[in-house]
Amino acid sequence: MHHSQDPKNFTGGYTVSKRIITYAQAINEALRQEMERDSSVFVYGLDVADHKGINGTTSGLAEKFPGRCLSTPLSEEALMGFGLGAAINGLRPVNVHIRVEFLLVAFNQLVNMLASARYGSNGKLSVPIVIRVLIGRGWGQGFQHSKSLQSIFAHIPGLKVIMPATPYDAKGMLIAAIRDDNPVICMEHRFLFWQEGEVPFEPYTVPLGKCSILRSGSDVTIVASSWSCVDALDAAKVLERKHNILAELINVRTIAPFDDATVNQSVRKTGHCIVVDSDWTHCGFSAEVAARVQEDCFGSLRSPVTRIGFAPTHCPTTRPMEDLYYPNAETIIRVTEKKLGLKPADLSDEKFHNYENKFKGPF
Amino acid sequence: MQKDLELELYQSMYRMRAAERAIQQEYPNNQMKTPMHMSIGEEGIVAGICTALKEKAKFYGTYRSHALYLAVTEETDGFFAELYGKVTGPAGGKAGSMHLASPDHNLIMTSAVVGTTIPVAVGGAFREKYMNTDKIAVVFFGDGAVDEGVFWESLNLACLWKLPVLFVCEDNGLAIHTPTSVRRGYDSLGKIARQYNCLVYDSFEQTDVLTIHAMAKKAYAEIQRFRMPALAIIPYYRYLEHVGVNEDFDVGYRSCDEFEQWLAKDPIALLRRRLINQNQENAVVSIEDAVNKQIFISVQKAKDAPFPRPEELYRGVYGE
Repeated sequence: MHHSQDPKNFTGGYTVSKRIITYAQAINEALRQEMERDSSVFVYGLDVADHKGINGTTSGLAEKFPGRCLSTPLSEEALMGFGLGAAINGLRPVNVHIRVEFLLVAFNQLVNMLASARYGSNGKLSVPIVIRVLIGRGWGQGFQHSKSLQSIFAHIPGLKVIMPATPYDAKGMLIAAIRDDNPVICMEHRFLFWQEGEVPFEPYTVPLGKCSILRSGSDVTIVASSWSCVDALDAAKVLERKHNILAELINVRTIAPFDDATVNQSVRKTGHCIVVDSDWTHCGFSAEVAARVQEDCFGSLRSPVTRIGFAPTHCPTTRPMEDLYYPNAETIIRVTEKKLGLKPADLSDEKFHNYENKFKGPF
Repeated sequence: MQKDLELELYQSMYRMRAAERAIQQEYPNNQMKTPMHMSIGEEGIVAGICTALKEKAKFYGTYRSHALYLAVTEETDGFFAELYGKVTGPAGGKAGSMHLASPDHNLIMTSAVVGTTIPVAVGGAFREKYMNTDKIAVVFFGDGAVDEGVFWESLNLACLWKLPVLFVCEDNGLAIHTPTSVRRGYDSLGKIARQYNCLVYDSFEQTDVLTIHAMAKKAYAEIQRFRMPALAIIPYYRYLEHVGVNEDFDVGYRSCDEFEQWLAKDPIALLRRRLINQNQENAVVSIEDAVNKQIFISVQKAKDAPFPRPEELYRGVYGE
């Protein structure tokens, strides 16, 4: 008997409920289990079958599933249309882009074709495709390797946009995305890949279009996306310790469709709302959140909604300026202090998570 | 058999021509509120290929979709309903002239952005190979689409992965009003395509539907036999303006003489003459009468059909 050889019995040395794996492993497991479950699922994109396996997220798939994990030519536009053709004919493609900037090359297909294929056929065509795209900064990635752009994709009817921020969400939302009959863009921040968290071994889904509450609180609502959840969590801990302020931290999870009900319910309780979005603010997702909160919670708001995002410029490579470009936990603390009329706390001894001081989690 | 095929092809092409003549008559009434990119002149290409590959292929096309739709579906009720924006159209009026399609008939998609259905067909062909079927994907596009990078990306991908797709370049020598001579830094598309691992069919000197039909049969067999994609480059002449239902020889970018040379080998007239010479006049006339009657009824039905209800505006953006 060699049960330990059977991947179905692999638990990483933990009991199933306590098993800790990384965000990257959670994605890899989601892909592997979905490919096992459904032979119409296949993965393709530049370098998905190479030795690095997209930070380990596609490692082992090419060997385990011959012909179903395909490295491709550098033809982003054609390959996006290719995925549409495969999807409307009954397959479930997962297309991978190692930078969101590269996905822009396929924007024509994404916006003109994938988004409207169902509508233009009066519902006769179904487009079950997942577009995984890596976003985020690190080590001087500069202005062409550091964008997020979730609001641009979320602007288009017909597309779903998700930003899992924890290993648990990464696996459950990716599985939900693969089983969804719509084009789903899954945006994965590179800083999150080494984060560890509890992830059930068995396949499960986390419903798309539903926020989660990472920390409950009654004094201020902080709505955060992707890596901003880590900054916001760091900030929330300091706010509690230094000011006895309890921030309610909402992990937005899905940009489109947006679960504004959960956010509005929290803001009606706290009366204050800060949106921290890993993106630019102008015409961004943070602007959408602010608009919806003010429409729904106008009478409950005790201060205007505050938005925090990238500086309205391009991302420079040199570290001192890169640090200025990105908001961080300190930005969130200072904004909260100002909003609530608190004296700035001394943060000189605080250590926050960044590229060198990785966030290992769990939340 | 040959006689039956010729009559079938004649019926297919005559249906296209008569339907578009009906559009020309009705369009000035402003009830068909959709930009018309007319197929008149190209009928031989889609009639020949779709008749040959019925049941064996899934089809993809462009905004110049009338003839393709009629070739594949052989029906005019839904066709006119879609042009009139009525709920009885294949897309319930949401698609109009530029997106006529019917996945139920294996006409999967047409598109109004040049070149965009080419990679979609390649993905469709991948599915057929993945599922080990004997179907191929056939995609129609104009010579203008060859200017787009996505054409070359798609051709490369299909050749690399040996996908069963027939690329059909409907070559009318014009991208809107701009001739190939001011768009191309090379002489021959066919010559370049021969450097790729694909089959090339580009020796068409005329518009004869039977030649095109035979090419399609051969292409299907060779795609299956050699496990590689194929490119057909088929010249034709766009009789009317780029968009709209009228001629535009008065504006100066092309001459009426040129048109008359092509008209002399009009695919429908060619086949009609051949059939008459074979003493098929009765069969020809009875096809024409039946098609004309069918179109008259379809136009009436389309006019009488209801528009979609307001709630349809939101239906179909997302699947459940």
